Amino acid sequence: MKPMTALLLTLMLWATAAVAGIETRAFDSPAQEQAYKELVFELRCLVCQNQNLADSNAELAVDLRNEVFRMLKEGKSKQEVLDFMVARYGNFVLYRPPVDKATSLLWFGPVVMLAIGLLIVVIFIRRHRNRPGDSSPDEVIPEDDF
Amino acid sequence: MKAKFLIPLVLFLALAALLGVGLGLNPKEVPSPLVGKPTPKLSLPALDDPNRIVTTEEFLGQPWLLNVWATWCVSCRAEHHLLVELSKHGNLPIVGLDYKDDAEAAKQWLRELGNPYVVTAFDEKGRIAIDWGVYGTPETYVIDKKGIIRYKQIGPLDVKTLEEKILPLLKQLQEETA
Repeated sequence: MKPMTALLLTLMLWATAAVAGIETRAFDSPAQEQAYKELVFELRCLVCQNQNLADSNAELAVDLRNEVFRMLKEGKSKQEVLDFMVARYGNFVLYRPPVDKATSLLWFGPVVMLAIGLLIVVIFIRRHRNRPGDSSPDEVIPEDDF
Repeated sequence: MKAKFLIPLVLFLALAALLGVGLGLNPKEVPSPLVGKPTPKLSLPALDDPNRIVTTEEFLGQPWLLNVWATWCVSCRAEHHLLVELSKHGNLPIVGLDYKDDAEAAKQWLRELGNPYVVTAFDEKGRIAIDWGVYGTPETYVIDKKGIIRYKQIGPLDVKTLEEKILPLLKQLQEETA
């Protein structure tokens, strides 16, 4: 066998192994499946912290996916699953953290920054325009255009 | 006003200081919501005797440690000698929680490295560990006389953490009334 062919075959075998690794789950309803998908995308894997449960192959992520599935099968609601996770791992487990005192900077910081930026721009433009004897282009525009 | 020039510099330095502090934090240390709360349920067979069921109730009335470990966990090996040392001094019960492990390998580990645990609960599937919010071994919980978790160490114990945090805390817990 040529080395290239051997390499290709090996790669193809790997592909099969990867497909075999996909978890198959029997859901009771499309709504349950939807809830499962939303949950595993929204919950953080604690081991590889920049991945969600859906992405991660860490053993804990597999266990937690199974746990999410089991709870949904038992008829638990999405919120109940989220509460279960937060009780154990804290808000950190949520990719969409709740609005509270600790996360207020995270939630409102960008808006506040934007407001400050806009304010600075407005002040800057106003000053520039009102400066007497300034040869800036906006002086050429007649006042009644505004 | 000349000082105006300094405003961007001051802002930059403030931001750099803030981010600098952020860089120094360890993102692996997630504060556990379980600290200050009663211990979750523990009901597992003992590693050396599957007929003996280990529960948290049996340790009520004294401060104790729960140490989560596994033979596949490299940093568990690193901290193990400290636990052995700790178990020789004083009357502090250290309970092991063997997490997702092979029972034979675990017994072998204890024979080789010494057994600091009064008993080791064997959590083969890791289901109980989920209730305890375990996400990275080793983890060590300090539990008070009333069965409230008072401190959780994520990652291996070292001399500094033991001397500065855990031992003083244990001393304080000893003095509390049950």
